[in-house]
Amino acid sequence: MNVTQLSVFMENKPGHLQGVLKTLADANINIVTLTIAETSDFGILRMIVNDPDKAKKVLQENRITCSVTDVLAVELDDKPGSLFKAIDTFTKNRLNIEYMYAFTEKRGDKAVMIFRFDNIEAAKKALAQEGISIVKKIDIIGA
Amino acid sequence: MYFNKEIETMPLKKMKELQLERLRWAVGHAYKNNAFYRKKFDDAGFKPEQLKTLDDMRRVPFLTKQDMRDNYPFGLFSMPMEQVVRVHSSSGTTGNATVVGYTKKDVDIFAEVVARCLVAYGATEKDIIQVAYGYGLFTGGLGLHYGAEKLGALTIPISGGNTERQLMLIRDFGTTMICCTPSYLLNVADYIEKKKPDYDIRKTKLRAGVLGAEPWSENMRKEIESRLGIQAYDIYGLSEVIGPGVSCECSEKSGLHVHEDHFYVEIIDPETGDPLPEGEKGEIVYTTLTKEAFPGIRYRSRDITRIYREPCKCGRTLVKMEKVTGRSDDMLIIRGVNVFPSQIENVLMEVEGTEPHYQIILDRKAALDDVEIMVEVNEKLFSDEVKVLDDLKRRIGDRFRSVLGISATITLVEPMTIARSEGKAVRVVDRRKI
Repeated sequence: MNVTQLSVFMENKPGHLQGVLKTLADANINIVTLTIAETSDFGILRMIVNDPDKAKKVLQENRITCSVTDVLAVELDDKPGSLFKAIDTFTKNRLNIEYMYAFTEKRGDKAVMIFRFDNIEAAKKALAQEGISIVKKIDIIGA
Repeated sequence: MYFNKEIETMPLKKMKELQLERLRWAVGHAYKNNAFYRKKFDDAGFKPEQLKTLDDMRRVPFLTKQDMRDNYPFGLFSMPMEQVVRVHSSSGTTGNATVVGYTKKDVDIFAEVVARCLVAYGATEKDIIQVAYGYGLFTGGLGLHYGAEKLGALTIPISGGNTERQLMLIRDFGTTMICCTPSYLLNVADYIEKKKPDYDIRKTKLRAGVLGAEPWSENMRKEIESRLGIQAYDIYGLSEVIGPGVSCECSEKSGLHVHEDHFYVEIIDPETGDPLPEGEKGEIVYTTLTKEAFPGIRYRSRDITRIYREPCKCGRTLVKMEKVTGRSDDMLIIRGVNVFPSQIENVLMEVEGTEPHYQIILDRKAALDDVEIMVEVNEKLFSDEVKVLDDLKRRIGDRFRSVLGISATITLVEPMTIARSEGKAVRVVDRRKI
C-alpha cells in the first residue's frame, strides 16, 4: 500500500532533532518508524507517523520545513532471503530505489519495508507479478 | 625620487590654476559630447560657463554608480567609439555591471599615474615587478602592467593565483616588487610556512609589495612586513575614475598622495551632499580632469576618508587622503571583487525556486576572504531526497562563480534561523578583522 511519509528538514546540529520530536510529542503524534539521511550540514528526517496530516500541521505551525511523500510499504516474511527476492524484482524491472528503511510489526513474523521510488505504481505492478504481497493495512498505523 | 617632478612638487597655487583650467575643459567636454551629462546638467540648471572658480564645483550635479548602470554599456562614453581603445568593467550581471572606456591618451595617463606610484615606493627602471593582480576586465592587472612598463621596469605579467609559481618566479627571476591584494600576500606567507618551510623569502630580492583593491589596516601592514621582510605600500584607485593609481603612499606610509592634476577630489557629507572643508571626514567625490573617453564628473565613490595638505617628507605637494576606512553604502569588497548584496539576491532569484532569505557571512581564513552563503530552506525548496538538496547547493554555487567570480560555501539552514532585526533579515555578517 501507499503510505504517507513525513519528511523534515533539519540542520546537522545538537538540539535540532529534539526540537522536532518535542513538537510531535506535544501534539500526541506517535512515530511508527523513522530514518535520517545526513550530510555534513543538514539532515532529512523521514518518518511514518500515526496521523501525518496533523503532524504536518503542527510542524508548519512551528515553522519547521516538512513535506509529505507517498512511499511503498511492502510486507515480507521475517526470514532469510525475503528482502533479496523483493530487491531482485526491482532489479529485473530496472526500478531504482531512492532510499529504503524497515520496521517489524508488533505481532507476528512479518517485516515491513518502506521503499521510495520515483514511480511507485511501476514498483507495485512488478511486485504483484512476482506474487509479493503489498501491505494492505499496517495495523500499528491505525492503532 | 619622482616620476614627474614638476607635477608632484608643484606649488599649491599653480596646481589650483591647473585644476581650474582642466576642470573647465572636463566639464565642457562632458556637456558638449555626452547627451546624458548634458541633460543632467540642464536639469540641474548648470551651464559649464558658470564654472569660474574651484568653489563653483558644488553646483555641478553628482554622477552615481546607478547612472553608470542605467547607461550600460557605453552611454557615458564621450568620444567617437573608433577612438576608444580599451574597456574595463566591474563584475556583475548585465544590469549591475559598470563599463569604463579609455582612449589612447587615457591609457597613457593611466600608465603615467601608476608609474608615479611605483616611483613613490622607490622603484626605478632597474626593478623587476611581478604583477599578481588578475589580468582582464578588472583594472588591477593591466593597470599595474602598463605603469610598470611605462617606468621601464621589467614587468612580469603572471596574473593572480598559483602561489607555487609566484614563489618560483620571485626566486628565479629576481622579482623586487610584487603587486597584489594584501590578503593574497598574507596567504602567500601562510603558504610558505605550511608548504615550503625551506623557501626563505628573505633570501630572495623581493623588497616591496604594491597592495590594493581592498581595504586593509595598519595591523595587516605590520604583519605583512614582519612575516615577509618587505615594505608594504598602499595603492588606491577605482575603475570609475581610472583604476589603481588614483592615489598612492610614499616612503612615509602615512596617507596617500592623490594625483590631483588628473583627479580633482572633494569631500562631501554623504547625507546632504554638501562639500565639507579640508580635513573633515566624509565621502570622497572624484572629477577626472583629463580623461576623454569616460569623463567622471563628481563621481560619488561612497568611500569614506578625509583629505588634507601637509608638508610631506617625500617632497610631494600633492594633497593627501587617509587610507579608506569604510563605505557609505552596502558594497562589499570580497577578494578584491566589488559585490553588492543585491547582486547576491539576483543570483539566488535566478536559481529556480529560491526565495532569497539568505545571509552572507564573510570571514578571513588563512588570510583570504571566506564567503559562506546561508540559504533558508522553505517548503518550495525542500525535498525528501538528499540528492535534490545537494543539487540545489551546487547550482547556487555554480551560478555565484559564473556571475560574480567568487567561490562561496553554500549552507542550507532551517527557516527563521537567519537573524532578523525589526523583521528585516540581516543580509551581511562581516566577521573579517582587517
